[in-house]
Amino acid sequence: MTLIGPFLGLIGLFLFFAIDSENGGFFRDPSNLRIIIIQTVIVALGALGMTMIIVSGGIDLSVGSVISLSGVTAAVILNTAVASGIGASTSAWLAVGAGLGVGCLVGGINGSLITTLRIPAFIVTLGMLGIARGTSKWLAGNQAVAVEKSWIGSLLSQSQLYFHFPIGVWITIVLAVLTSVLMKYTIFGRYMYAVGSNESTARLCGINVGLNRIMIYSLAGTLFGLTGIMQLARLRTGDPTVAVGLELDIIAAVIIGGASLSGGKGGILGSIIGALIMSVLRVGSTQRDWPNYIQEIIIGIVIILAVTVDHFRSRKDKS
Amino acid sequence: MIAPPEVPRLRMTDIRKRFGMVTALRGVSLEVGPGEVHALIGENGAGKSTMMKILSGALRPDEGSIQIDGQGYQPANPQEGRESGIAMVYQELTLAPDLTVSENIVLGSEPHRFGWIQSVQQKERAVHALTQLKHLNLPLDEKVRNLSVAQQQIVEIARALLSNPKVLVLDEPTSSLTRVDTEALFTVINRIKQTGVSIVYISHFLEECRQVASRFTVLRDGSSVGSGSFESTSQEQIIEMMVGRSIAQLYPRLAHELGEERLIVKNLKGISKPSDVNFSIRTGEIVGVAGLVGSGRTETLRVLFGLDKYQGGVVTYNGKNMIPLKPRRWLKQGVGMLSENRKEEGLLLNRSLTENLTLTKLGPLTKCGFISPAREQTRSRELLQKMNVKFSSSTQPVQDLSGGNQQKVAIGRLIHHEADLFLLDEPTRGIDVGSKSEIYLLIQELAAAGKSVLFISSYLPELLGVCDRIAVMNRGKLIALKPASEWTEHSIMTTAIGAESDSLS
Repeated sequence: MTLIGPFLGLIGLFLFFAIDSENGGFFRDPSNLRIIIIQTVIVALGALGMTMIIVSGGIDLSVGSVISLSGVTAAVILNTAVASGIGASTSAWLAVGAGLGVGCLVGGINGSLITTLRIPAFIVTLGMLGIARGTSKWLAGNQAVAVEKSWIGSLLSQSQLYFHFPIGVWITIVLAVLTSVLMKYTIFGRYMYAVGSNESTARLCGINVGLNRIMIYSLAGTLFGLTGIMQLARLRTGDPTVAVGLELDIIAAVIIGGASLSGGKGGILGSIIGALIMSVLRVGSTQRDWPNYIQEIIIGIVIILAVTVDHFRSRKDKS
Repeated sequence: MIAPPEVPRLRMTDIRKRFGMVTALRGVSLEVGPGEVHALIGENGAGKSTMMKILSGALRPDEGSIQIDGQGYQPANPQEGRESGIAMVYQELTLAPDLTVSENIVLGSEPHRFGWIQSVQQKERAVHALTQLKHLNLPLDEKVRNLSVAQQQIVEIARALLSNPKVLVLDEPTSSLTRVDTEALFTVINRIKQTGVSIVYISHFLEECRQVASRFTVLRDGSSVGSGSFESTSQEQIIEMMVGRSIAQLYPRLAHELGEERLIVKNLKGISKPSDVNFSIRTGEIVGVAGLVGSGRTETLRVLFGLDKYQGGVVTYNGKNMIPLKPRRWLKQGVGMLSENRKEEGLLLNRSLTENLTLTKLGPLTKCGFISPAREQTRSRELLQKMNVKFSSSTQPVQDLSGGNQQKVAIGRLIHHEADLFLLDEPTRGIDVGSKSEIYLLIQELAAAGKSVLFISSYLPELLGVCDRIAVMNRGKLIALKPASEWTEHSIMTTAIGAESDSLS
């Protein structure tokens, strides 16, 4: 089906790095594959939320800022709770709850503004990009917040593995399956595609477009909040300057995975493949000592290539 | 009237064209004399547009020959086609909405000196083209966006005439025009004809073809199945050629019993239209609404269904107050609406047939809260079969279907919803005769089963053929609601035009 293209792309890219005589052995080593998977978690989790938003005909540019805001919020809550005598484990739960809550809140605000003010999602979330980033810096006192030790640090740790992977990878996989089921087999999921494919038809068919949109942005925001927690787990500090521009990687993963920016098309499996393509590219080129700018150029080319191939194919299907 | 002379203006002989495995044209011939208006008739998918693409130079035939004035004609591209004297006006207008009338007319052939447009000459050319059409009252400096559809079409035709064509092709020119505008267009066509230009007139509307053209050619399944003069051929004979079987009755009638009043609308008001609408529909009744474009028919339906803003009035359904009007509340009561615009509103074009069919009522297709693909597919196939949709897979996007089949899917959604009241806005617009007659039969079956239908149409013969009662709208008001038997096409038109008859120009 439509996923064959991205999937072959992923395989091809993987082989390209794996059969290299000099670095290939290292690249295809199981522990390196694990690194690639762990690296994928952040973009993949973000892509889960972004897929729902893009499929429903929207866009969210504030993801990078929300990730930072969620991470900083969690860090501040964790430190405050520990300082007031609550145990590290309980404090971590509170911190995670706060991170998810803040993501959900920002998503809800985005969705409500788009619905009530009828301003394009692009503009609303561009504004939110600044607001969330600013709030994050303000909350962190404009510097990275070092966090108390807790189980959050083990989420993406390479030393605490369950069936070969840290718990964060398993959380991502489970959430990917759940989101996919939500989109494919529930009425709410069906409405996402309907609203994105043709908003007027959705109205004609009695779908409450505004309410569904607010729910989609809130749910996606919660996933972005969780992405922020993962970012915190990886860095072990709540850094307000982290994840700048990450929204573009996430959007790229979703688009490479076959979603259409005009809505009504796309799916979780494709987006996960897109996220894997991005991290294979990043890890592979870093290990080859390619400078950062080469990676950026390659990723740019891949995005244009993926969408071109998709367009070409759908045009061919039509005639 | 005139038999084609020895050397016709245009002669297409035994044209064949295949696309991969699909044969689009399997031997089509067409002869058009100088100054003749020739109607090209056929259902959607019969090959009319492929044939016109070949004539314009956009496609090349696999076999067959084309002659213009007895000389061989083999265009490599549309540019060459234009230079050889073929001009096309397509159904979808191709004007630049933000350019002015004169800019649009000369578009692509602007008079210029060193790249600077000479605006005086530009206007002269535009005036010259419009003079030919005797349509000098068009404002040359107005943006095309601000013109009516009919006026835009005149601009499009003027542009086509600028290249001094020998053959002008008009593809479904009246599909979005009112009756009055259609008459005005026919006057224009007659003027062009008198200048010796031959016209190929493509349309679904047989009455119109008969009115404007002298001869016709019918295409079916990629072959030309008949050709002749309208004078010596009856309507039934032409329809029979089009569909390949005789439609004993294009408008079948099934007995249906009228029950009590189901929907009652009193003094319904929208923002500008409708201004005052009163009517009721009984169980088992088919009520038609006629009126010119802009009279407020569609607006009435949209306000009623809750898609446009409501400003006042009383609406009850089965005795229940329906204010505030909302699509969701209507659907819950078993009332569904078909949009007049199936591409922009009616369908999720890039989603599957199944998803389009089941969207309003997913509940019964779920198991433990999840949509059951098995149940949904079963239901979808059942509906596609009932509606006689031609499709290859129920998971294919609905945009891949022909217009008639898309419309059947859009109506199928209401069938799936098990609606009791069907609000149908132009259900037969832009679809082929075969699909139309199926939709007429379906409406009769619905009424026979005690359902109610509100049927908005610009095509008077179908309203007269299908409805029990017909209302006419004029300037936002519903002014007459009488049994269909008391109406004639003529009386509907005079009522619809009302005081607006002075704008006929």
